[in-house]
Amino acid sequence: MRIDPHLGIVGHTAPRVDSLAQATGTVRFVDDLHYPGMLHGKILRSAQAHARIINVDTSAAEALPGVRAVLTGPDLPVAFGLLPVSQDEHALAIDKVRHVGDPVAAVAADDPDIAQRAIELIHVTYEPLPIVTTIDEAVEVVDEPIHGEGPRNNRHREVSLEFGDVDAGFAAADHVREDVFFYQGNNHAALEAHGAVALVEEDGRLHVFSSTQVPHYLHRILAQVLEIPEGRIRVTASPTGGGFGAKTDVFSHELVVAKLARITGRPVKIMLTREEVFYAHRGRHPVLMWVKTGFTTDGRITAMWFQTFVDGGAYGSYGAASLLYTGQLQTVTYRIPAYRFQGVRVFTNKPACGPKRGHGTPQPRFGLEVHLDKAAEDLGLDPVTIRQRNLIEPFSSTVNHLRITSSGLDECIDRVAAASGFRDRHRSLPWGRGIGFAIGAYMSGAGLPIYFNDMPQSEVMLKVDRGGGVTVYSMAADCGQGSTTMLATVVGEALGIDPSDLALVTADTDLTPIDLGSYSSRVTFMAGNAALDAALELADLILTAVADDLDLDPDDVTIGKGVIHAGDREIPWPDAVRIAEARWGLLVTTGTYTPPKDIRGDYKGAGVGPSPAYSYSACVATVDCDPDTGFVSVEKVWLAHDIGRSINPLLVQGQIEGSVHMALGEVLMEEQAFRGALHKGPSLLDYKIPTVLEMPDVESIIVESIDPEGPFGAKEVGQGPLLPVIPAVVNAVHDALGIRVDEVPVRPDIVIAALRDLERGGTGRYGPTDLPNYMFRSPLPVEPPPEPVRA
Amino acid sequence: MEPVRLAVNGVTRSLFVAPHRTLLETLREDLGLTGTKHGCELGECSACTVLVDGTPILSCLTLTLDVADAEIVTIEGIGSIAHPHPLQRAFGEYGAAQCGYCTPAMILTAKAFLEEKPNPSEEEIAEAIAGNMCRCTGYLPIVRAIASVAAEDDR
Repeated sequence: MRIDPHLGIVGHTAPRVDSLAQATGTVRFVDDLHYPGMLHGKILRSAQAHARIINVDTSAAEALPGVRAVLTGPDLPVAFGLLPVSQDEHALAIDKVRHVGDPVAAVAADDPDIAQRAIELIHVTYEPLPIVTTIDEAVEVVDEPIHGEGPRNNRHREVSLEFGDVDAGFAAADHVREDVFFYQGNNHAALEAHGAVALVEEDGRLHVFSSTQVPHYLHRILAQVLEIPEGRIRVTASPTGGGFGAKTDVFSHELVVAKLARITGRPVKIMLTREEVFYAHRGRHPVLMWVKTGFTTDGRITAMWFQTFVDGGAYGSYGAASLLYTGQLQTVTYRIPAYRFQGVRVFTNKPACGPKRGHGTPQPRFGLEVHLDKAAEDLGLDPVTIRQRNLIEPFSSTVNHLRITSSGLDECIDRVAAASGFRDRHRSLPWGRGIGFAIGAYMSGAGLPIYFNDMPQSEVMLKVDRGGGVTVYSMAADCGQGSTTMLATVVGEALGIDPSDLALVTADTDLTPIDLGSYSSRVTFMAGNAALDAALELADLILTAVADDLDLDPDDVTIGKGVIHAGDREIPWPDAVRIAEARWGLLVTTGTYTPPKDIRGDYKGAGVGPSPAYSYSACVATVDCDPDTGFVSVEKVWLAHDIGRSINPLLVQGQIEGSVHMALGEVLMEEQAFRGALHKGPSLLDYKIPTVLEMPDVESIIVESIDPEGPFGAKEVGQGPLLPVIPAVVNAVHDALGIRVDEVPVRPDIVIAALRDLERGGTGRYGPTDLPNYMFRSPLPVEPPPEPVRA
Repeated sequence: MEPVRLAVNGVTRSLFVAPHRTLLETLREDLGLTGTKHGCELGECSACTVLVDGTPILSCLTLTLDVADAEIVTIEGIGSIAHPHPLQRAFGEYGAAQCGYCTPAMILTAKAFLEEKPNPSEEEIAEAIAGNMCRCTGYLPIVRAIASVAAEDDR
């Protein structure tokens, strides 16, 4: 297989293929769909945090003129959940509600105003139940757990694993330190609220348009909950107005809108309000964590013990995986010879948490990188050196059996340190100004699918028409990250076609072959490989037909830009296509991608963390802190990211800069915080995201390690660059003021409190000190893999 | 319902609207101009920005009856895929749109700003778009795209 790009399409900066549609407002988002006779749906959500439903009286709503259908829980009785192990949700609550905002009933009406009036006329009688809103409360056994009876009570999932002999590692250490950290939850705040439109097509089949990142999973769950075969349902993922993980779950409104369309026989639209988005949530989990690490005097890690207490909210969602992610990827950056990970995810009466950019890993990465900053200070090392002494080797195995291939982490570190002048400036800037450093890593796609199966994770089909036009069919859903442009670039490179000349049909279950969805940064690696596979097969068909037709040696026939080079002749692409169709018949090729099987261990929990390749990042940030107000402004961020190969540098830089933006929101201002069970600010007025005025200069450094298995050597960039920014800023605040904030976000009042403590002769630390009263079960011992052999 | 004449993108239309109907609803639902977006319903995200007599306003907070005599311009009024406005082309070239949801409002805000201030500094561009939220790009490519068009006009 040709791996090096030779046509200069891959690696070349170009606009997104849909850029003019976006800039002219012609992209059809789901809210832009209008059908004749379309009804508007609205969901009644619980104002109770935890209560038994005694009665739902819908009679007044049903009597309201213009109301066409009313649904309650028993109308959609089948439980569902995105993970097969967490089938704990109903489209509309049955028997009880578990958080403020839990969907209880729904209506379809002639217009949105009538729908709104109708849900206000639905009268629900509740019997309130005791509520649980904190991790401390949720680890205790209570009489009325959020999900039924059972030995786990409100402890949703627990993990307790040990790789190698951790106690021996601590005994061998010269220095051991422990820290406790807290990372507050936050919301994706994609600018487009979630929405869906459903209709029954002329053939009687259900068609659901949704602002989703995972049309395949929505397809499966619609079939499950509506109790109709998948073959009778078509799902089209509308272009998504921002995802970041927000739209990777299946939501009440997507199931309800489909049921309403089937009952009324009319198209129905449901758009969530911004307030509903905050209550539907599935955002970043709040995580309390404790880490203990042993070091030699020169800073080498001898053992690590990491505990996480994960606040899941009211439902499972992706949480069983999220919990494992809080422990599994620490080893992907550092060589940790012995590692114990214990974690528990608890249910609380708050909106369910789920995946957000970095899924379960920004929280422990923040803790780990601040912990190492402190350890470096203890040992008299600089923060860069302590990382360099512990870096994981490329082409090796981690102690928890993750397969590491390409790594440009070393180069990322060198380049941000050099570009920022980190070593000269660290501990040398005037009081109030500081510089901080951190690193991170992320997966290029989860190695295992959400539901167990041996089928490919990505499939791509190509079809050629007689004029030479090529259509690419893929279920990959573009949530703004540029997956459609990536597909066009990969296929264009292989076939010598300008990406903007390709036709792209994406994210539709009737029209396109499987792609599992836009999550876990999987699309470039997996759909990209499938697309390359299909394109190389098509190239082979065309080159073979032309060589045979002209009686040439196949080696003398090659792909050029828009032409086939055949000996000393140039055959225009459309002519070559006609020669090939005459020879082979219909020109359709397919490609698939299945991750290798040998990238993981076989212990319970080993399914979360493996990936065919990991991206690496390093970050330096400088801050200017105002000691009077506590405000932290970030002056500049240097971010080096190992993407393997940059397929389109413009889009790569965009993901880096966008990740920095999202990370700065998380570290300085954003919090999905609650007063009891009530969201403190479920609006964009109260929930602040950074504007352009909070955005610092960003120096993006693209490092290309050329992964042996990625398409043209490419890995991911959508999530990884967010990870090191958060601890780099927190470490910079320490460098600026001498305080240690072990909690995110670093709000101004926290900075002031830490400064006051320092003034009073304290340590200047702000953060949690106590862990919940919870005993983990003893860890399951897992033999580490044999010493890695460099390939 | 009240009768109203609306001048949108150079075409004057007569229609009946409810007194509480917002300009955003009228544009999107009555006139089918769906390039104007709904983001937060509180006037905070600015995805619903349109130009009224050349000034960017939030259509989600504006009643249709209040702009009866004004000239309204939406994203559909400044260019098309076949004939894009220089800002529309620049947003693609500089990667200033990722999901594209805030993009129409950003472009209209920038257009009004450049008409008022043809040679702005990057700081002035940032001030001009400070009310518009973007969750994807980190704003930096948006500032670059706007600056590139300003520089073009300069020549």
